Amino acid sequence: MKALLIGEYRDGKLLDSTYELFGFAAKLGAETAMLLVGRESELPSYGGTLYLADVGKVGEYNPDLHKKLVLAAVEREKPDYIVFQHSSYGWDLAPRVAASLKVAQLSEVISIAEGGFELPACSQKMRRTVKPASPVVVLTLQGGAFPGLKPGGTPQLQQIDAETTGGVTFMGYEAAEAKGVDLAKAEVIVSAGRGIGKMENIPVIAALAKALHAEMGASRPVVDSGWIEHGHQVGTTGQTVSPKLYIACGISGAIQHLAGMKKSGFIVAINKDKDAPIGEVADVLVVADVMQFVPTLTAKLAK
Amino acid sequence: MKILVCIKQVPDMESRFRPDSAGVWYAETDLAFRINEYDEFAVEQAVRLKEQLGGEPELTVLSIGPDRVAEAMKKALAMGCDRGVHVQDTSAHLRDPFQIASIIAAYAKGEQFDLIFTGLQSVDRGSAQVGVATAEILNFACASTIVKFEYADGVATVKRELEGGMKGIVQLKTPALVTCQLGLNVPRYPTLPNIMKAKKKEIVVVPVADLLHQEPLVQTSSFYAPAKKGTGIVLEGDVADQAEKLIAILKEKTAVLR
Repeated sequence: MKALLIGEYRDGKLLDSTYELFGFAAKLGAETAMLLVGRESELPSYGGTLYLADVGKVGEYNPDLHKKLVLAAVEREKPDYIVFQHSSYGWDLAPRVAASLKVAQLSEVISIAEGGFELPACSQKMRRTVKPASPVVVLTLQGGAFPGLKPGGTPQLQQIDAETTGGVTFMGYEAAEAKGVDLAKAEVIVSAGRGIGKMENIPVIAALAKALHAEMGASRPVVDSGWIEHGHQVGTTGQTVSPKLYIACGISGAIQHLAGMKKSGFIVAINKDKDAPIGEVADVLVVADVMQFVPTLTAKLAK
Repeated sequence: MKILVCIKQVPDMESRFRPDSAGVWYAETDLAFRINEYDEFAVEQAVRLKEQLGGEPELTVLSIGPDRVAEAMKKALAMGCDRGVHVQDTSAHLRDPFQIASIIAAYAKGEQFDLIFTGLQSVDRGSAQVGVATAEILNFACASTIVKFEYADGVATVKRELEGGMKGIVQLKTPALVTCQLGLNVPRYPTLPNIMKAKKKEIVVVPVADLLHQEPLVQTSSFYAPAKKGTGIVLEGDVADQAEKLIAILKEKTAVLR
């Protein structure tokens, strides 16, 4: 059994998440080879076969060309599995490869299950086990689902090349917006989620934050709706935080939000849905309407 | 110019989900359905493009599923789409993403669309494959996860959302397909006059057998709730009582309450 791992490189750097691919391959018990569009001066700590395309020539986002490089490596390695991270790179590239090969793709694999793979469903509230029905299988792995593993060694480099004809032109990166609030230093964070219902309810959450001498955080939908500035966003596309106490008010717990706050010392979630995924990481789950509970809590704290 | 927007009808994610009788997907009893959240951003962006171009483009909304999906399509028509295509399929929930993409591509092939908008992913299946795979089959230029869209003279300039708040700027020559991320725009609420107007818009029904020629590549063997890892305390009941219990716990377990 062989897995072709597709490493990830961003803005001149090998991403750490690339090592999760090795962690997965080890659990699967598969031999590995890797493809990377990167640079010889920045290679992973890995002793196997590494197909390397020069990022200076290919570019970091040129999906048609990256797809052809993967297909060329597939041709040479004949892998059983082609493995990506479930990231903005992986979920963009993997379906192109799977569709070209007309083979199964399984998205956001959480674990290896009896006779198949386990995937999330219903925004992480449910699970399903699926079986691929093609000889080659494309997989994307949920971030953090498999432990990072550094195999060590020096890669045996194989240069690889392809031509592009695609209608996509990468124009460059735009840096993340400056953080208005540095949540990384906060000891207590009180975060607002969609469950607060409307923008006019933000001051109710802010009052609890004030009572606890806390900073205000927020989930993505609250920021997208313009209820609070982007600088308050906690999660994959916002800030990663680990305060001593994190209080999630009306946040259901999308995987991107959990990734940004699950290392907090103590987590309290207030949610009317007892089955919300936030309950998985919460030390205390208060099953209540957030707009009834929060003012009551704030009043009692003030006494 | 011709534009297609693809939408899925999905259950409210705050629902309680139970396996269906086959044990491979959720039972639909007691679920309330709506347009997939990501797809609302796709519809809004398609309508904005039509408006930008003086109303000239013909904007088609497509959905695959049983009779109930007509409700989601009516909302898209009330938001500003011109016509609907309902691919009638009572087994849509059993199709894998590549089959769904094949159905859309089979429909789109004869229609010569310049632009196709889809959501990044559905909230129930979450594969993030359908849009990109559709583009691949049609040989369209494609960018996923867009948070900004501009169009002029056959070229779409988009921003892709990357991890850590960074964005990638990409230009696409039409024909092109984009998958829309949350926050791309602010989807409008249909006005009452537009809801009334939408009732007169055409929804063409196409049997799925006319478009589906792809065998499944993935089989679901079971659907279930995750084992509860949560070792947390669950507080239920009276709000005042919950608040007092929470304060007591915070005093005992954390050093932040003085």
